[in-house]
Amino acid sequence: MSADLNIVGRSVSRSDGIGHVTGRTVYTADRAFPGMLHLKMVRSPLHHAMIKGVDLSDAERVPGFVRALTAKDVPHNRYTILSLIGVEPEEEFVLAEERVRFKGEAIVAIVAESEEAAMEAVSRVHLDLEELPAVFDVEEALKPGAPIVTHWGNNTFMYEGHPCRRVRLGDVEKAFAQADHIVEGVYNTSPIEHAPMETTGCIAVPEANGRFTVYTNTQALYFSLDNTSIILQLPGNRLHFVGGTVGGGFGGKVDVIVEPIATLAAMKTGRPVRYTYSRSEEMQVSSTRSAWRIYMKDGVTRDGHIIARQVTSYADSGAYSRQTPYALTKHAANAAGPYAIPNVSIDAYCVYTNRQPTSAMRGFGVTMASFALEVQMDKIAEAVGVDPWTIRFINAYHNGDMKPHRKLAEDATLIETMQAAAALVGHELPAELRAMTSAPRGDGQDGGR
Amino acid sequence: MAKLRGTGIAAVNYPTGMNLGGDPSQALIHATTSGSFVVTLAATDLGQGLKTVIGQIAAEALGVSYEEVVIDTADTDTGPHDMGTFASRATHRVGNAVMAAATEARKALLDVAAEEFEAAVDEIEFDGRGNLMVRGVPARSMKVAEIASLAQFKYGRTIAGRGSYMKPKSDVDPETGAMDPDSTEAHACTVAEVEVDTETGEVAVLSIRSAYEVGRQVNPALVQGQIVGGAWMGMSHALYETTAPYYPAVDHSPRDFSEYLMPGPLELPEIECVVLEMPSSNGPYGVKGIGEMTANSPIPAIVNAIYHATGVRIDELPVTPEKILRGLDARKVAVS
Repeated sequence: MSADLNIVGRSVSRSDGIGHVTGRTVYTADRAFPGMLHLKMVRSPLHHAMIKGVDLSDAERVPGFVRALTAKDVPHNRYTILSLIGVEPEEEFVLAEERVRFKGEAIVAIVAESEEAAMEAVSRVHLDLEELPAVFDVEEALKPGAPIVTHWGNNTFMYEGHPCRRVRLGDVEKAFAQADHIVEGVYNTSPIEHAPMETTGCIAVPEANGRFTVYTNTQALYFSLDNTSIILQLPGNRLHFVGGTVGGGFGGKVDVIVEPIATLAAMKTGRPVRYTYSRSEEMQVSSTRSAWRIYMKDGVTRDGHIIARQVTSYADSGAYSRQTPYALTKHAANAAGPYAIPNVSIDAYCVYTNRQPTSAMRGFGVTMASFALEVQMDKIAEAVGVDPWTIRFINAYHNGDMKPHRKLAEDATLIETMQAAAALVGHELPAELRAMTSAPRGDGQDGGR
Repeated sequence: MAKLRGTGIAAVNYPTGMNLGGDPSQALIHATTSGSFVVTLAATDLGQGLKTVIGQIAAEALGVSYEEVVIDTADTDTGPHDMGTFASRATHRVGNAVMAAATEARKALLDVAAEEFEAAVDEIEFDGRGNLMVRGVPARSMKVAEIASLAQFKYGRTIAGRGSYMKPKSDVDPETGAMDPDSTEAHACTVAEVEVDTETGEVAVLSIRSAYEVGRQVNPALVQGQIVGGAWMGMSHALYETTAPYYPAVDHSPRDFSEYLMPGPLELPEIECVVLEMPSSNGPYGVKGIGEMTANSPIPAIVNAIYHATGVRIDELPVTPEKILRGLDARKVAVS
């Protein structure tokens, strides 16, 4: 703790800790309102299908059924979460129109007096679906003749005219020709669940003054409010979003899925409406981390300097892209890791498949890059014949180095951090590695370059 | 059959914040009649302790005690715009916005104090503990609470401040990828130790020991909470979790925690850390974000440790016992 600071640097007790451990913290799902209705979704049982018909007649006879909502009830049904900041095209449907693109996609919202009645009515909605061929693998989805998931004719998100986010620095092919070792790897990672203790949910309450108060566990209140305003074509001043302590986010509560339809249901019924995911919806329907496949090829000199890196990465976005396009941008900016590599070429693809959609998750494109490149570093160390510590020190970036995305490194402290880790575990580093710092090169410490 | 031990390392950097479309957070601060300061935000606390660290930054910047700061957040009728709690951005962005708001509120407070003390504004000093005084004249000292009360009832003034912090949008060059995607970088290096049972393929993680460099710790206990929680999450990611066990096949996807495996308390390794502080140029008091990154370095460190223990390279997550046993079999065939 710095001598000139009084409070920053002190471990004061967490302001909400006592509430958490004594069960007094109020989460969204703890709230209840008189006359509150419950919303449950009719979801696609197929991965890819045309919707030929929806028959609600049996569902409407279930005691406690209040009303159903379909695509035609949603004022601006096709949306993209990031349209707020100019990302195009609008591609996802609040409720499916014509076609479903993943198993679990929402088709009809049922609002009922109780959760039980809502679930019973959901089970009595009859769907007439015509199954379509589906694609589930990132590279299969890019082959000619693959089933097309999107409405624009191919299965990639387009980055300003390119089917991938590109990073280019130097000349990788020339550097590969000069390299003493070529080290290649293919890395695959599984989709995973955010697994928050509190599932995604909200309660929309119509107020007497014509406004709607929406209690939500979103990670981003204005994101949710602004998207709800667009989808419902309702001025922002009619919406009041209230958050609070969230029972775990990890990126899973940045999508805007529950608030717009719950608010619409509250508008249509004039009553408070709760829409909260069950655990199985959280796992099978809500976004996961993308599956990734990363091809990495490095050119290395005999003394261990990485002089070229070529990366082709595919993130499986599932049926809709949500926040995933930005994960690829972040991935592309970080695929060289904390190392100085003068020649880099990265192609990072956001690929659509008929899987459960994916979106933001802790580490967002970087976690997968770190896994691939840090395993790759050990392979390089083995190829060169040096230990895993040394290979990282001699390639570590210094302040002032040019990163592949053409930003100069600043606040670089990898070398000091590795020195501290070695000291923590009692690993004795050679004197020349102990003497290194992240200071700009040219001060007598050029990292051997 | 044997239990084989191995050690693996991994080193990572991690960006603080993002640049997509501009990345703003805003804050408002006002003093109450009793000299408390209400910090009004729309940022959400995800359980990581955002309200606590923002309260600490506000108290530090205002020059009052932590107990005098009230954090009022997560209501769009009162809180000014905040982009959201993600991208390891909240302490950095909201902290900077709160510092800016505190600077304005402090100036309003000093103006009132100067008038009351009949002194020049630049003669007034804070002691950082809730007192204002005329420099060099300890007798002329008043509590912040007293000045705040005078502002309301004698001078009819507001003691308030507005603050905003924004990382401007940085368009990505579509040809070269040139961009400015973050505000600063935090760093970590993890050493993992594992024991692999060659009969069952099971991996026991014995220890995860890490060094972190996070610019400045606002609250060391909460930083350590992130590091310990992230080490568990990284271990879980490396060895257990999947919603598609046989990707690209779509079957066997889990519905609940009896089918979606995660390590429990008995699987928890020894987790140890040291934290370095090398302040960033643009974070509040030099802060860098540590929210997301703590799950990252444990993953490759564990995978590298498994290789060190067994000679089996597995480039596919999660590293299940099945993959390890198949790897060991392939190695046996290759050796014989």
